[in-house]
Amino acid sequence: MNTTQNTQPAGLQAPRAKMQAQDVRVFYGEHQAIKGIDLELMENEVIAFIGPSGCGKSTFLRSFNRMNDTIEGCRLEGRILLDGEDIHAADMDVVMLRARVGMVFQKPNPFPKSIYDNVAYGPRIHGLARGRGDLDDRVEDSLRRAGLWDEVKDRLHAPGTGLSGGQQQRLCIARAIAVSPEVILMDEPCSALDPIATAKVEELIAELSQQYTIAIVTHSMQQAARVSDRTAYFHLGELIEVNATDKVFTHPQNALTEAYITGRFG
Amino acid sequence: MNKQPLSSGLSERDMVRSRLAKTLRRRHARERRFRLAGVVSVGLALACVLLLFGSILQRGLPAFWQSSIQLPIYFDPEIIRVDAAPQPLPDEPPVEFQRRQLEWQGQLARSNWQRLLTLGVQQLYPEQQIQPRHAQALFTRAVQHQLREMFAADPGLLGQTLELSLLADANVDVWLRGKIDRSLPDAQQQLAAPVRALADQLQADGHIKLKFASALFGNADSRSSPASAGLLGAFVGSLYMLAVVLLVAVPVGVGAAIYLEEFAPKSRWIDLIEVNINNLAAVPSIVFGLLGAALFINWFRLPMSAPLVGGLVLSLMALPTVIIATRAALQAVPGTIRQAALAMGASRTQAVFHHVLPLALPGVLTGAILAVAQSLGETAPLLLIGMNAFVANVPASPLDQSSALSVQIFLWQGHELRNFFEARTAAAIIVLLSLMISLNAVAIYLRKRLENKWS
Ligand SMILES: Nc1ncnc2c1ncn2[C@@H]1O[C@H](COP(=O)(O)OP(=O)(O)O)[C@@H](O)[C@H]1O
Ligand SMILES: [Mg+2]
Repeated sequence: MNTTQNTQPAGLQAPRAKMQAQDVRVFYGEHQAIKGIDLELMENEVIAFIGPSGCGKSTFLRSFNRMNDTIEGCRLEGRILLDGEDIHAADMDVVMLRARVGMVFQKPNPFPKSIYDNVAYGPRIHGLARGRGDLDDRVEDSLRRAGLWDEVKDRLHAPGTGLSGGQQQRLCIARAIAVSPEVILMDEPCSALDPIATAKVEELIAELSQQYTIAIVTHSMQQAARVSDRTAYFHLGELIEVNATDKVFTHPQNALTEAYITGRFG
Repeated sequence: MNKQPLSSGLSERDMVRSRLAKTLRRRHARERRFRLAGVVSVGLALACVLLLFGSILQRGLPAFWQSSIQLPIYFDPEIIRVDAAPQPLPDEPPVEFQRRQLEWQGQLARSNWQRLLTLGVQQLYPEQQIQPRHAQALFTRAVQHQLREMFAADPGLLGQTLELSLLADANVDVWLRGKIDRSLPDAQQQLAAPVRALADQLQADGHIKLKFASALFGNADSRSSPASAGLLGAFVGSLYMLAVVLLVAVPVGVGAAIYLEEFAPKSRWIDLIEVNINNLAAVPSIVFGLLGAALFINWFRLPMSAPLVGGLVLSLMALPTVIIATRAALQAVPGTIRQAALAMGASRTQAVFHHVLPLALPGVLTGAILAVAQSLGETAPLLLIGMNAFVANVPASPLDQSSALSVQIFLWQGHELRNFFEARTAAAIIVLLSLMISLNAVAIYLRKRLENKWS
């Protein structure tokens, strides 16, 4: 099912797989949402997941940081590796995993706490900061990288929920990168944002991709085309095609992919 | 060709419009009727509340004032036959000094304090032949002890005359305040005719004053001296129970709710427990009294009539309500908050205690306080654990015998001195309602404070 993997990631060395999904099957009770998918997330790439709604993009994305564990009745078969280690292994702590594989949700969901506390939360619970000054630095650094610092530096102790939708989403990204994750999963991060806020977040994704491996679910093909190195097309719980983004959009290999990107369904 | 469908289309449009207008009229009429029904039912509820409060206040407020008799009392050395109050001697052991003090107190107790009252009244009207028992019947029994304690505190009063204001007997109070049918024949009157005449005379001469009923708030219940019976014992008992319920039902209930809502795996057992908690909230309160009597008194051998036991029984009662309110508050917290915390690598416990619980706190506190306030008004279960026993002392600890406000209301309502205790009962209700209103005010205050923080 997997097609070519020989794409050009940002780095100079040969591409290295950061995460690998091997024959992943996900069930909600009796219902099988993911029907045996193999896919690799390469180091420092942005990979977009596209496909008609209900095809399992979110479910598959959540498999990478085991957020499916929090859903009652959800079960996963197959293996997922992070740097070659099975994320379901007994010695892999889910807290550790989620510190290494961060997530940004569809609807901005900052904590109803101050902007500062939102960003400081991860470093605090994982004990990443040594002292107050260190924590302040980390918060500032994360907010800068999320492109939010200049907008909020004067009101760090105002509630995060008081920001605009786009700012809230960038705050959530800042919160995710504050624990220095290796992979960031984003589930339709712009679907609740207006075009200007969307443009800002997309810009941010492009910047972040220099340091992080990013998997992004999107329902907008333009967005996939703009931000991603590779694109994976899903259909009814199966991975139909994965390839360099420009190839997927110009020369889709599969009839289903072609039908989707030309707008015949979805 | 072209005109035909157009004109028919127009007429059809007209028809639709007129029909719309008709249904619109009907809809408006229905809306008006519904509004009227709403206003009427709200008005009715409001009227009931006003009536309730009005009648309670009207009945209870008079009990905040009480008749007392103003007259000079001569601390007659002929009657108070005591030695000089003992003073500690230079090298006397403390035990010896205590013994001498006790002896002196004994002398005080043996003196005839009632006689002081008799003489005081007789002094007012020297020309009349006032019998001692008639003079003494004017005062409530506690007055003798009051005089004795005054003297014990200041033995220098011996031989002096003091203008005092002394509580009138309960029957005298109701007689003077017109709560007794004066036309009733002698046989049906509580007071002998000479006492009634004496009371009227004292009032006519300005010796009777209505004074604030400090006894009501400063004393425990009393049987021998009804006019000085007070609520303090019951009030303190209720406060102890309040503390027990707050310390037991709230932590246990909130803890159970958090576990059920946030941690328990979905299973048939949990469903069963949930159904039972809901059923428990509907169990009649008297059943909890039976359970409490069996469990805490027969099994754990805790004392009867103790606020600790009462508080535990009320905790059992409040528990389901606290659990249900807490779960509702937790359910109202959006799932996205939990997801956000878990995705940051927080453990379930951290997600709950850092994010979910703080958001649910206003709801949890309101629910908990309302449950506690509600349980505080319960009477039936307290009767079954002996809190209706007569207790003349203010409880010093939750293990002492005590009454409770709700039970005190019940006891006074059934008191044989109906005329006097009718007002006291209503006064006790006012105190209980004030306590509950204060608790609700605390709940509202906490809710406002905690809610305003982030939204
Ligand atoms: N929490 C859930 N419980 C049960 N079924 C679910 C749940 N979430 C998703 N599904 C099902 O799994 C399939 C894939 O859903 P999802 O991953 O949300 O798709 P997508 O994100 O591509 O729209 C759908 O058929 C959906 O109904
Ligand atoms: Mg989705």
